[in-house]
Amino acid sequence: MHKKCWKFGDDVNTDEIIPARYLNTADPKELALHCMEDADAGFTEKAKSGDVIVAGKNFGCGSSREHAPLALKGFGISCVIAESFARIFFRNCINTGLPIAECPEAARDAREGDEIEVDFKSGTIKNKNLKRTYQFPPFPDEIARIIESGGLMKYARYELCG
Amino acid sequence: MNITEKILAAHCGKESVSPGEYIVADVDMCLGNDVTAPIAIDEFRKAGFKKVHNKDHISLVPDHFTPNKDIKAALLSKTLRDFAGEHDITNYFEVGRVGIEHVLLPEQGIVGPGELIIGADSHTCTYGALGAFSTGVGSTDLAACMATGKVWLRVPQSIKFTFIGVLPRWVGGKDLILHTIGQIGVDGALYKAMEFCGPVIEGLPMDDRFTICNMAIEAGGKSGIIVPDEKTQTYWKKHGERRRHSDESVRFFESDPGAGYEMTYEWDVSSLQPQVAAPFLPSNSKPVNEFRNKKIDQVVIGSCTNGRISDLRLAAEVMKGHQTAPGVRTLIFPGSQEVYRTAMDEGLFDVFLDAQCAISTPTCGPCLGGHMGILAAGERALSTTNRNFRGRMGDPESEVYLCNPAVAAASAVTGTITHPEDVSA
Repeated sequence: MHKKCWKFGDDVNTDEIIPARYLNTADPKELALHCMEDADAGFTEKAKSGDVIVAGKNFGCGSSREHAPLALKGFGISCVIAESFARIFFRNCINTGLPIAECPEAARDAREGDEIEVDFKSGTIKNKNLKRTYQFPPFPDEIARIIESGGLMKYARYELCG
Repeated sequence: MNITEKILAAHCGKESVSPGEYIVADVDMCLGNDVTAPIAIDEFRKAGFKKVHNKDHISLVPDHFTPNKDIKAALLSKTLRDFAGEHDITNYFEVGRVGIEHVLLPEQGIVGPGELIIGADSHTCTYGALGAFSTGVGSTDLAACMATGKVWLRVPQSIKFTFIGVLPRWVGGKDLILHTIGQIGVDGALYKAMEFCGPVIEGLPMDDRFTICNMAIEAGGKSGIIVPDEKTQTYWKKHGERRRHSDESVRFFESDPGAGYEMTYEWDVSSLQPQVAAPFLPSNSKPVNEFRNKKIDQVVIGSCTNGRISDLRLAAEVMKGHQTAPGVRTLIFPGSQEVYRTAMDEGLFDVFLDAQCAISTPTCGPCLGGHMGILAAGERALSTTNRNFRGRMGDPESEVYLCNPAVAAASAVTGTITHPEDVSA
């Protein structure tokens, strides 16, 4: 992955990521049309599939709506990098397979428009414009197993059912 | 161990657990609503599951966009109804019986002390008021739990909040939690269990305790919890009887003396004023008088945070003999059919109707900007709900201020943000 960065602040909540007025559907393609709308009304017009969202602390706070990662995935956001994630949003990303990376330094340094490359295997984020590379810690084994299974439902099918 | 660790250990077959440890736990009740459960049902089917793990351990509560606000919402409700029928789900509630989930489940004894509850709704943390471990999750978590009866969890660190002193008049559970969030911030308890205790908590009625635990999520908390006492026992005696499934998972846990906490706070709240949280974060809480004379267009009284009978009693006490100010809309949302009937029987509706309020059937409607009270650009609401994020109740250019039911009622009368003592004798 090697895409353009869109920068947001602290405490971006799920009402901003996908406003409740659009929750009468769960279709990722429909949700994608309104992704980030109340944080930045023009987002879907300027961002492109494959781009990266970079944010501050507590990204995804508020409602538990899984529509938030679904909208981001539906739009084609390839990764969200933040200083920290709200916990239900974090679970939802692990369970549904939206790539996320918690890396305070990379999140703070990045500027809107920077080209960013994320490699989950090596746990590195490269900011091409700043010519800097950052390491982020791998997920704990328990969470890595869910991701490697292909999401929570596959994990549930084969691991939780015994 | 503290109460949270004891409940988690009891649900994963271990003698003890420690913060940071990952567990796969048995779930006593999982919950979904008309917004979150359709995704869970779809995931459940896509993964090839044919049967639910236990039809008694699932609650499906269509409360967000009901009575159906449009054709798409009608389809969401129908998805729940069809699934509940297909799997003979014990706790499915149709409109006319349904209430706002976090008011309804404790009231009907569906969740109880010592249980482990997950819900595809962030305010599932409400049931911690009963001394349960209860946390919000996503739709896929709900799907996996419906299929297996289990959830993956990381044992959280706990933070202890002790409230001492004597609570002043017009100050209650809502003010304590708004004050707490104001002090620690919207990520001040991120991933943590928030344990509330002290003489002030012991003196609070159950309804106020539900309000406090309900908003643990607004500080980023994984859960809120209050160790059960006599009030909890009395509440459970009455409401537990209504349960339609086994109550063998109900237990009364305590925190051990010397149990571990990552952090502790102690606040003397004897001089705490009613709190109002300004847009666009619940942590922007300040004493009500700092917002005095701020004009409002709409007042909302109700929701999973403040839609219980004592909330409506408090609002009616303030509004009695008064009318909603010209240019203001006052909307009342009882949290359940039982709250609705009790309010009617006690004459509270007479007070509200005399005060020219609109009274709705139970629904989450306006709290999340769904329906039944959406704001236009430039409008300002004062609300007893739980979030004041940008656009939460409608247009992104509208504003929501959060407060307790007495402040909401007093402000409806004057048309500006008002301390209840300025209206009520």
